[in-house]
Amino acid sequence: MTTRRIFLRNSALAMVGVGTAPLWLKRALYAADAPSPRKKILVAIFQRGAADGLNVVVPHGEKAYYSLRPTIAIPRPSRGEKREDAAIDLDGFFGLHPSLAPLKPLFDQQHLAIVDAVGSPDPTRSHFDAQDYMESGTPGLKATHDGWMNRALPKVEGKVSPVRAVSLGTTLSRSMAGPNPAIALQSIAGFQVRDAQAAKQFQDMYMQSKDPAMQTAGRETFEAVSMLQTIQKQTYTPAAGAEYPRGKFGDSLRQIAQLIKADVGVEMAFADIGGWDHHVNEVGQRASEGQLANLLTQYGQGLTAFWQDMGDRMADVALVTMSEFGRTAHENGNRGTDHGHANSMFVMGGGVKGGKVYGKWPGLEKEQLYEGRDLALTTDFRDILGELVSKHLGNPTVKGVFPGYAPKFLGMV
Amino acid sequence: MRKRALLALGCALGLAAFPGISAYATKKNADGARQFLRQIPNNARIAQALSRLTFGPRPGDAAVVRSMGLKKWIDLQLDPARMPENPVLAEKLKTLDTLTMSGEQMVRNYPSPQIVKQMVAGQMPFPADPDRRMMIEKLVAKAERKQGQGDQADPKAPQAQPLTDVLPREQIRTLRMGTPEQRLAAFQALPKDKQDDVIGAMPAGMRQGLFQIAPPELRRKIEMANGPAQVVARDLMESKLLRAIYSNRQLDEILDDFWFNHFNIFLDKGADRYLVTEYERDVIRPHVLGKFRDLLEATAKSPAMLFYLDNWQSVGPNAPQPRGPNAKKGQRGLNENYGRELLELHTLGVDGGYTQKDVTEVARCFTGWTINQPQRGGSFTFNRRTHDMGAKVVLGVTIPAGGGMEDGEKVLDIVAHHPSTARFISTKLAQRFVADDPPASLVDRMAQTFLKTDGNLREVMRTMLDSKEFWSEGAYRSKMKSPLEMVASAVRAVNGDVDFVFPLANQVAQLGEPLYRKQEPTGYSNSSQEWMNSAGLLARMNFALQLANDKMPGVKVDTAKAAKPDDSTAGMTLGSPEFQKK
Repeated sequence: MTTRRIFLRNSALAMVGVGTAPLWLKRALYAADAPSPRKKILVAIFQRGAADGLNVVVPHGEKAYYSLRPTIAIPRPSRGEKREDAAIDLDGFFGLHPSLAPLKPLFDQQHLAIVDAVGSPDPTRSHFDAQDYMESGTPGLKATHDGWMNRALPKVEGKVSPVRAVSLGTTLSRSMAGPNPAIALQSIAGFQVRDAQAAKQFQDMYMQSKDPAMQTAGRETFEAVSMLQTIQKQTYTPAAGAEYPRGKFGDSLRQIAQLIKADVGVEMAFADIGGWDHHVNEVGQRASEGQLANLLTQYGQGLTAFWQDMGDRMADVALVTMSEFGRTAHENGNRGTDHGHANSMFVMGGGVKGGKVYGKWPGLEKEQLYEGRDLALTTDFRDILGELVSKHLGNPTVKGVFPGYAPKFLGMV
Repeated sequence: MRKRALLALGCALGLAAFPGISAYATKKNADGARQFLRQIPNNARIAQALSRLTFGPRPGDAAVVRSMGLKKWIDLQLDPARMPENPVLAEKLKTLDTLTMSGEQMVRNYPSPQIVKQMVAGQMPFPADPDRRMMIEKLVAKAERKQGQGDQADPKAPQAQPLTDVLPREQIRTLRMGTPEQRLAAFQALPKDKQDDVIGAMPAGMRQGLFQIAPPELRRKIEMANGPAQVVARDLMESKLLRAIYSNRQLDEILDDFWFNHFNIFLDKGADRYLVTEYERDVIRPHVLGKFRDLLEATAKSPAMLFYLDNWQSVGPNAPQPRGPNAKKGQRGLNENYGRELLELHTLGVDGGYTQKDVTEVARCFTGWTINQPQRGGSFTFNRRTHDMGAKVVLGVTIPAGGGMEDGEKVLDIVAHHPSTARFISTKLAQRFVADDPPASLVDRMAQTFLKTDGNLREVMRTMLDSKEFWSEGAYRSKMKSPLEMVASAVRAVNGDVDFVFPLANQVAQLGEPLYRKQEPTGYSNSSQEWMNSAGLLARMNFALQLANDKMPGVKVDTAKAAKPDDSTAGMTLGSPEFQKK
């Protein structure tokens, strides 16, 4: 009997033959047929400030897009000299911003999926509230104390890794806060008390604290410190010549890769990249220049480097990006855009059915716009996150992760 | 000596001097509201006042308050003008000369690379001060040399001046290898006019080494050589910490921090680099105990806010300046950024009862509120040609067509006196000063005072400080210190002598609160939850040890000197869970 696995191997070998198979697949093929004990990992990226989804995933097939944005639209795909300043076609209708060129091969290899006209159904245009809703996973509800990622951690018996949920930065992200242990980590190397003797004393002190919040935070911290001790001494060189962009975002992704590859038990990681609130001069003199282009370059390079660095480990990983809301369909008076509604999301990973723009396109004609001004929403962000929690992480209780909402899966995983 | 120092530390932390503290550590949660009715004992009131109305007690502060009387001390804090300022603070602030400059003066004296280019091109005058002019001319020369080296690798282009051209080898040796004292002495022995050349020619490492031991004036010169525009940002951060640590007007400093954060501006957004100094000094500071309406108007008209929230570029759809389907590329229109944040963050609050339509209408009212020459220090101006002349309706109030600058002022009147604003401001103040989740009863009374007194912020503070909730078990030691509070209070607790404060400002950033660099208009959270996490806790412990062991650059700590080298008591105390609370 031809098993499914052998079938997969044969068809994959065919891919290897023509040089299109991803690295992880190659290694998986030649590995023993035993099931992997490795856990699935979910990485979430938050683009703070409301990224302009319409200039990131460009609806170049939509005439209204160009009339609404006379000075800041990304030009239609072009084969000529202007190629570098034009959208990169994905499917004849949508295109990527030219600064995201490094992601195009991932899309072509079907490891990168895009969802358009997606976001939070809550009408708020407040950055703060919208981020809060997206991170709590409960649009419209302010009383939710914990974040969706904390609730999405699969329930397990017995001891869990103290670093199973890691939020990069000096503060713990709202997405990850909650009753399950989760740590904030700015740098792996700096994650310690530098004096060993004092470290022990501090540990006792926090364990004995009568303040329950302090005691919990202290215990989680010191458990994580001892977990990370061994990898702190190693210098980390990204694999496959991956080059992370300079800055906080690149540093975050590099450290997430390092943690995952060190097999210390990471199941969830969170990082953010700010600066998307482009009310003024969003696009420079050319589409490949200006504030949005610069930020997208960093963002695209970061994701690409992470992919290359992770190599075959990407088989266990799904990475998803989100931003609190989109921006007005029309440009404002200052070559920028104001706060809008629906946006786009990226999902990347070895098990992701990529190479496709998911979601129903609502159109940009006046009567199709949300409140007459913004891209309308056709997919709830919880549909995407819910599918990843359920199908990728294998958490069966997705209803508890998004209380009061039953995610509709798009079949991306 | 050592015992005395440690005892003083313990007193300052309020651990030994006030009985029964451990009993309070176990409270919270269980019976929420009732906690705010139960009063703390009299002997804990001074500790509560010092922990909430100052950046932490110094040794001896409690005794001062006790002998003066708590009520009188609070009255003084609420009326800072009656209090003489600490002369030590004035001395430490003296070299930070950008603090007293106008934006325009700063642009000229501490120019960004673009401005330097304009000076060279004759579009802008050099600074009048001959020394400063010379320094800038040297920067220009250096930049030109660098450019020559860069692109084409032209062999004829002049090379950067090597140190060996300026100094004999012997002196270079001393500057490189000498003890700190020798290095400083060797440098200071150079003739004055040569010092600038030497700084310019030094490799970065050597310059940094000199910086660590330099007296304030020399530090200034080195900072200039590193990049004059950076000096402005450093002065701001340094002054913030120096004031928090040394000012006698502690409540005034906390309120300055609170209100700057409420009307937050991100220092690194373009022209704001030169506008924030004035903003904090002339817009925020004078009004923190005044009328809210005045504070609000001052922020609305400040070049810093107009730039940060883009209003300076906003043009009305019905403005006299022609605009239509044939509008040329680059012609401007409405920008609703300020209009939205004015309602959401500055006044009504996000649930304060406004709509998207209100946001757009408010934005139209503020069209024409703009800045003269924002890149050169800027000043407020009203431009009638870009103002929307049509009628507007804001929160149900009609603002008739044909108005000018008064349209915006009417909006400020409406929102400054709105009950939602009274409640929103009171909630935020109570969250900062009383508890993360302040009791509604207290917020109600503060909001009533706000409305009754036409937004008199001193009276709102008084209502809060006279309340039983402020002095309750629910409030006492319930909040976690912000990074700024943690760093300032630690230095105060050990009576640290700060010679150079920039490393401390860096610490505050390490702990998660880069000063003047919160990018979002929300500012930092007033709730403690933000700061309770592993990265922050570890950074606090490391800072505590570093400070107490006298290893913090720029700060001298006597306690550690008095203690034995292996005694880490002070560090353990400053890093303890208790010290993170206030």
